[in-house]
Amino acid sequence: MRIPLSWLREFAQVPAGATAEDVMAELVKVGFEEEAVHRPTDGLKGPVVVGQVLSLVKEPQTNGKTINWCQVRVVPEGQEQTLTGKGIDPSGVQGIICGAHNFVEGDKVVVTLPGAVLPGDFHISARKTYGHLSAGMIASVRELGIGEDHDGILVLSRIGLDPEIGTDAMDLLGLYDQAAEINVTPDRGYAFSIRGVAREYAHATGTTFTDPASKVQPPATLSGGYGVKINDDAPIYGKPGCDRFVARTVRGVDATRPTPPWMSSRLRLAGIRSISLPVDISNYVMLELGQPLHFYDQDKLSGGIVVRRAVAGEKLTTLDGKERSLDVEDLLITDESGPIGVAGVMGGASTEVSDATSTVLVEAAHFEEVSIARSRRRHKLPSEASKRFERGVDWQVANTAAQRAVDLLVELAGGTADEAGTDVGNAPDAVTIALPAGFAAERIGIDFTEEQIVTSLEDLGAVVEKADGGWTVSAPSWRNDLETKEDLSEEIARLVGYDQIPATLPVAPPGRGLTRVQQQRRRLIQALADAGLTEVLAYPFVSKAANDTFGVAEAGASRTAVKLANPISEEHGYLRTSVLPGLIEVAKRNHSRGFRDLALFEAGLVFLPGGTVGTASIPPLGVRPSDEVLDALYDGVPDQPLHVAAVLTGHDSPAAAGHTPRAWDWADALDIARLAGDVLGVEIVVGQGHHQAFHPGRAAQLSLRTGEVVGYAGELHPKLLAASDMPARSVALEINADALFEAAADVIVARHISTFPVATQDVALVVPQDVPADDVLAALREGAGELLEDVALFDVYAGKGIEDGKKSLAFGLRFRANDRTLTADEASAARESAVAVAAERFGAVQR
Amino acid sequence: MTETLPGAAVPNPLDEAAITAAVEQAISAIAGASTLDELKAVRLAHTGEKSPLSLANREIGRLPKDQKAVAGKLMGSSRGRVSKALADRTAELEAENDARILVEETVDVTAAPRRRRAGARHPLSTLQDRVADIFVGMGWEIAEGPEVESEWFNFDALNFKPDHPAREMQDTFFVEPPEAHLLMRTHTSPVQVRSMLEREVPIYVLCPGKVFRTDELDATHTPVFHQFEGLAIDKNLSMADLRGTLEHFARQMFGDEAQIRLRPNYFPFTEPSAELDIFHPGAKGGPRWIEWGGCGMVNPTVLRAAGIDPDIYSGFAFGMGIERTLMFRNEVGDMRDMIEGDVRFSEHFGMEI
Repeated sequence: MRIPLSWLREFAQVPAGATAEDVMAELVKVGFEEEAVHRPTDGLKGPVVVGQVLSLVKEPQTNGKTINWCQVRVVPEGQEQTLTGKGIDPSGVQGIICGAHNFVEGDKVVVTLPGAVLPGDFHISARKTYGHLSAGMIASVRELGIGEDHDGILVLSRIGLDPEIGTDAMDLLGLYDQAAEINVTPDRGYAFSIRGVAREYAHATGTTFTDPASKVQPPATLSGGYGVKINDDAPIYGKPGCDRFVARTVRGVDATRPTPPWMSSRLRLAGIRSISLPVDISNYVMLELGQPLHFYDQDKLSGGIVVRRAVAGEKLTTLDGKERSLDVEDLLITDESGPIGVAGVMGGASTEVSDATSTVLVEAAHFEEVSIARSRRRHKLPSEASKRFERGVDWQVANTAAQRAVDLLVELAGGTADEAGTDVGNAPDAVTIALPAGFAAERIGIDFTEEQIVTSLEDLGAVVEKADGGWTVSAPSWRNDLETKEDLSEEIARLVGYDQIPATLPVAPPGRGLTRVQQQRRRLIQALADAGLTEVLAYPFVSKAANDTFGVAEAGASRTAVKLANPISEEHGYLRTSVLPGLIEVAKRNHSRGFRDLALFEAGLVFLPGGTVGTASIPPLGVRPSDEVLDALYDGVPDQPLHVAAVLTGHDSPAAAGHTPRAWDWADALDIARLAGDVLGVEIVVGQGHHQAFHPGRAAQLSLRTGEVVGYAGELHPKLLAASDMPARSVALEINADALFEAAADVIVARHISTFPVATQDVALVVPQDVPADDVLAALREGAGELLEDVALFDVYAGKGIEDGKKSLAFGLRFRANDRTLTADEASAARESAVAVAAERFGAVQR
Repeated sequence: MTETLPGAAVPNPLDEAAITAAVEQAISAIAGASTLDELKAVRLAHTGEKSPLSLANREIGRLPKDQKAVAGKLMGSSRGRVSKALADRTAELEAENDARILVEETVDVTAAPRRRRAGARHPLSTLQDRVADIFVGMGWEIAEGPEVESEWFNFDALNFKPDHPAREMQDTFFVEPPEAHLLMRTHTSPVQVRSMLEREVPIYVLCPGKVFRTDELDATHTPVFHQFEGLAIDKNLSMADLRGTLEHFARQMFGDEAQIRLRPNYFPFTEPSAELDIFHPGAKGGPRWIEWGGCGMVNPTVLRAAGIDPDIYSGFAFGMGIERTLMFRNEVGDMRDMIEGDVRFSEHFGMEI
């Protein structure tokens, strides 16, 4: 909401020298955030004066254009030019070249004299052009920054002005005024008016407020006016769509009269374009009192007005010229011809006020919030009217606002008001709230005095009555947001001042610290960072193709994924089922910035919709749903496990003198995956894996001991790397971290540490090429028995001396007993029994 | 190697002058040896089997019995002097040699390559941990929830009326199909609702996490960002308790000088509601108040939705943006730096914040 200061001053005590910033600094105390300052003088500086064109000589130019060489009087005849400066003619007459042709000798115009600055930092000076010294400019509204019209210069008589020559045109056009723009929260519809903001300004500053409504004298009752019936047979939530409709008739209106500058300048500062006098009046009254109005050309109406819901198939061409199909829930203004407006949202074209209009029917109605909000959304028609109605308009102000419009139509448009008028509808039940004594103090923490409570509420406009154990408060008609004792507490605190609230620190009951999963997650993330990887946080929005590639192992399968209804880009219209696509995007971005050696990781949720997706309905607010309903809500939310993934490209470290960096390879991806398991105390079982995103021969499937697959690691598929412009041999891994957390032991049972000497034995086994080394190792471990302390693969060899299709695996076995020094024979026997199992299982032959 | 000194006759082991001369000769040669190799040659020449002193020593056996003792004493002390001189010189030369090797092994330490790369945490992630630690230190617990959420938890349970403009202000990402009433949570408040439904009162929880709004990415907006929200439900909690909690937290985050300010505001889920400003003495461009988040007393409608009796319990809640906190605390000028994953951004922070 933009508040022109001149307007605010009419109803609140704003100091003479106050700026928009000063006003905003006050309003922020009562809960209106500062948005912007609108001040014409920030871009426009004088001298800008009224001048009269004494003579105008048309001079055709060689380029085909004709320019006007004008003599313009800028000081009344007989008076002296008091301005001085380069280009100011002491005679009071300026010679000016002008290219526009919409004015004649004798017209009064706006002259920007040398020394003036126009919006856009355009400095006016005397300059030689077209063979003359042009000392100033005859201005258009666009050049002054007060309109879009650039058809020609501003001729003052056409906006109804005949000022004295030399008058300060900036003053004349209201250009010294300024507006404060504040943010109005959605609960406070009343503050979308000068009336509401002036009251708040008084609250903020402790000064007095004059209600603009009190300056208008509407008739106490209206009757005999234009026929209006309210006939809502389908109220939403049981609330009638319209509960008041005031209609007034003004005849003999001249719709072509210009809007006076004081009005158009305030509208402009308030952000509303001047259209025509009647439209401007309706907007002006809406801004001042908060009541949206609609003006009909009464001569275009056919028969009485009925406010009703739409009938299926009805259509209406709205003011913006668009034909709209109406919904049965739309509340309409109709006459015998059919719909003539979507109530509170936008009027119809057929009954629109035009230049030819002579009889105006003024509508000041009260429409219900939800009905308006739904129609506005349905037709995508945000308007100044709907903005106010859907937040709530003062039920009481309709008659006053209609009168104010009538008064302005009479005063400015030369109309005559009918004595008769229409006022139909039923007043809503007044909201009364019980406020127990002590409640506000307890809730806010300030020991409010009785006077503070009563005065604050009365200042708001509420009626406060003493009641048993507290007060009964009737909320003012413009405050539909006040419904509960909590609402009243806020108002009291707001008016007394939030800065009065003391600080006390409540002590929470003894806490249990981070949960186990929270600790595990931290450890995992920290361990990967400690291992040299860089954490990034990519967006979870991916393409369908990315999910179909990374989210599912089998090529050609389609991944079930969550699709967004309104994504930022259609290309990334799905939620990730894998963290890798985002990481690859980040890797590519780093490549493009010159960083090729990367080790990136992210821990983030992936979205895996299962059987049920959401719920067909949702329970109402303010009531705890039943356990069954809650369970359905929980079940409808897709699984969202935490995945951790990494992408490595290039080398492990920067090249340097005396150091050759190592290129990351598939084994690094596995190593990091195993490290993730190690730091959580979870063994990750590696097996040859197949995943379409990975190299078919260099991918590992990662599992738990239970066989549950928890991820993949290895070299990314060369074709995928080439297609996505990633370096060859880039490697990656992705693990379901939640599965690891769950697999971690609750308690680690200690192992006995034997201090007897170790006995080491090496063994080389020849096995077929396709036997996984890890399986042979497992066989050795199984066969070696409990004397085996550790076994490790230390060499793999194939080639000379080894039969084709076979390989030699060399293992080091470490034996130790808990209770004695092993003899060489004991160690050898254990080794032989280990080899025997490997031989039986894989045909392993000792070399 | 030289076995005898050229032209040297075998001295008589009783001839003290000749033996002394041989000793002096040996000692002089030992002293003159400048390397361990030279010293080895000297040792062989003067103490080897064919050296004058060894040969003279061997002559003792042939002497009459009564002369053996005198000759033995002379030869013993003489050879002792030579051995000592040899040992001393060996020690000297070895020390010199060791020192020289160390000097020769000198490197330019400033040219050392970096072989290990220090990884880095994303500062948003580090900051999230830091905030959690402060609240855990106050006895609060950390609660988390899903990022795709039921509309009820995100809006209705929080007193967003179905047709109220406040609901639209959240710029929500909805999930297909719309009839399923799923969305991407627009704040971490649904976790508060889940906490109230799942936990026993009193409740003191902090809910950090990722949230989503349909804003295009620019210098100050991002469709994906992080929040932390606090919720306390207990008997007799007031706005003063809210203020005290926020003040304590602000001082943990920004130092003892930190001040906070509350301004009236509106949120459907709190009543009264307030905007939270923090006074940042070290702000870039001078000390000033900075908007930090929103807060208020939990609306009784919200308590009822979670099955908590508002006549017995009251509560407060607050929420701040982690990106915003990082922006003014660590002078991050552009939101995109936090989003794009440029390794320079995270690596500059390392493991710290």
